[in-house]
Amino acid sequence: MSSSEGAPESWISSFCSLMGHEFFAEVSEDFIEDDFNLTGLQSQVPMYKEALEMILDVEPEDDEDDEEEEEEEEDEDEILGDEKPPGYRRAGARTHARVASDLSVIESSAELLYGLIHQRYITSRPGIQQMLEKYEMQHFGGCPRVYCNGCKVLPVGRSDTPGQETVKLFCPSCQDLYTPPNSRFHSVDGAFFGTTFGCLFFMTFPDLDIGPRLDSSFSALSPTRSSSLTSSSINNQVAPDVPPPNQPAEINGVRTVNFSPGLGPGRIYESRIYGFRVSERSRSGPRMKWLRMKPTDIRELDEMARYEALHGEADNDGDTEMGSGSGTTQSAAIAKRKKAPMRRRRYNPDQMSINGAEAG
Amino acid sequence: MEDFNSETDSDYTSYWRDWFISSRGNEYFCEIDEDYLTDRFNLTGLNTEVAYYQYALDLVTDVFDLDADDDLREQIEKSARHLYGLVHARYIVTTRGLAKMVEKYKRGDFGKCPRVMCDGHPLLPMGQHDVANQSNVRLFCPKCEDIYNPKSSRHASIDGAYFGTSFHSMLFQVYPSLVPEKSIRRYEPRIFGFKVHASAALARWQDQFREDQKANLREAGVEAKYAEDVSEDEELEDDDEPVTETKEEKVAGDAASGRMDIGN
Repeated sequence: MSSSEGAPESWISSFCSLMGHEFFAEVSEDFIEDDFNLTGLQSQVPMYKEALEMILDVEPEDDEDDEEEEEEEEDEDEILGDEKPPGYRRAGARTHARVASDLSVIESSAELLYGLIHQRYITSRPGIQQMLEKYEMQHFGGCPRVYCNGCKVLPVGRSDTPGQETVKLFCPSCQDLYTPPNSRFHSVDGAFFGTTFGCLFFMTFPDLDIGPRLDSSFSALSPTRSSSLTSSSINNQVAPDVPPPNQPAEINGVRTVNFSPGLGPGRIYESRIYGFRVSERSRSGPRMKWLRMKPTDIRELDEMARYEALHGEADNDGDTEMGSGSGTTQSAAIAKRKKAPMRRRRYNPDQMSINGAEAG
Repeated sequence: MEDFNSETDSDYTSYWRDWFISSRGNEYFCEIDEDYLTDRFNLTGLNTEVAYYQYALDLVTDVFDLDADDDLREQIEKSARHLYGLVHARYIVTTRGLAKMVEKYKRGDFGKCPRVMCDGHPLLPMGQHDVANQSNVRLFCPKCEDIYNPKSSRHASIDGAYFGTSFHSMLFQVYPSLVPEKSIRRYEPRIFGFKVHASAALARWQDQFREDQKANLREAGVEAKYAEDVSEDEELEDDDEPVTETKEEKVAGDAASGRMDIGN
């Protein structure tokens, strides 16, 4: 309101400033105007064209100058419109027909359409950047879980179809989903954020610091992928209660430090009575530890390496003694490649070097 | 001052505990029995923890009749709240205290679990320390066995020691039938419908961990059941309504038997 002098706020910014709509990013008009981005939405949204016009603040062709009046009188019109028989003004001018009950339909269609566009927009490059700004300003709140130390969360949906579930919050620290604490978000559709956004966000910004806030050792890192490898030596000893040596800097494509730092030993709540842990064998003993568990040695999660280590010993004798004879090594390597043809080649060179460096 | 005194004699102070538990932000507390408060044994050691101990105790038990100026009065009031909290931590692990807290738990006075997969399971208040001024109150979800911060700031400022570390575990020891069914449902992060490798690998590892634990427990003669297992066994009882009814009956019955157990 303060920025625009006299000129009416755009529909998008007024929508995003509504109570309960704090999670929404303002979709740029360029994005909406590109028809490719709206593919398929026409069949999902009733009164699609009118809704799109409303979002873009385009005046409908038939309307000339009473657009603003319409918006002001919207509430009254809704009430009036409900009382009137449906076919009341159909025969009359189109402008007047729209004033009545149609406007509220268009309004809700516009909200639906905006939400669906928003779902797509926040997975696009400018959109995800915009959400990053909101994320860093902590617009989405923090994780309620004690051991996550108030890790910043992201709004996500559990379904991409509107009308199924409301918006939820995804915590990268415990990889779990929470209901927003404030009830005003309980009416926001989760599909307007979508299922993809949460994870895509953290894969797009792999160097975002999601660890405990007190830890400042790696907050200065620039968010580029290359820096993650060079800084690994510092980051290895981030979690003080988990000190196994030789932890890789990356595990399964995620930086080890940023891989669910809220989970694992020391970050699992243990019930105690007068200081004594409740036994697992008790009827009311702990049963959910697995949910917050993470291996102390993160390499246990490298399933590829583990599989190959196991099968290298069991099936392929030549595999382990690659260095000894070059002839056997090569044939073994070739045999191995035949066994697992497609998969391995897609993996990053790091993993290839563990098994196949000598062969080449 | 005289006015003040006449006021203290009126019904205002005769219900100090009533006033305390009904005031805003104190929804988590239950009312401590007069008997419990007046038994000195239950207060052992608290006189060193609480300033103006005697006055505070008098205030809590509604026998306060001191001519005090406002400053002192305020200090005593503060001490009384602290004292009440510390006694509360001891009281809620007794049979009567537990019963009162169970009622509050069933009513959902402590809020609901924010975790989506817990479907709004009721929470229990607890502390991470038994010593005052160490940490604030947390909320324990018996379904996911994790602890959360209260969402409202007026609750977040309550001292965790007023509930203590043992209370919720004690409650489920005494009322084992109240232990909710655990679920193995989890959130699977996906991108365009595909599982994310890092999360999925962790999930597989966690599932393996759970199965190992289950096997260990079975070896020890304990069956760890999850909601998803049970549904396979009880395929016949598909109707929702009768199941929920029997559940409630079971809860009530077992709660009673829990009380009996203590009596023995």
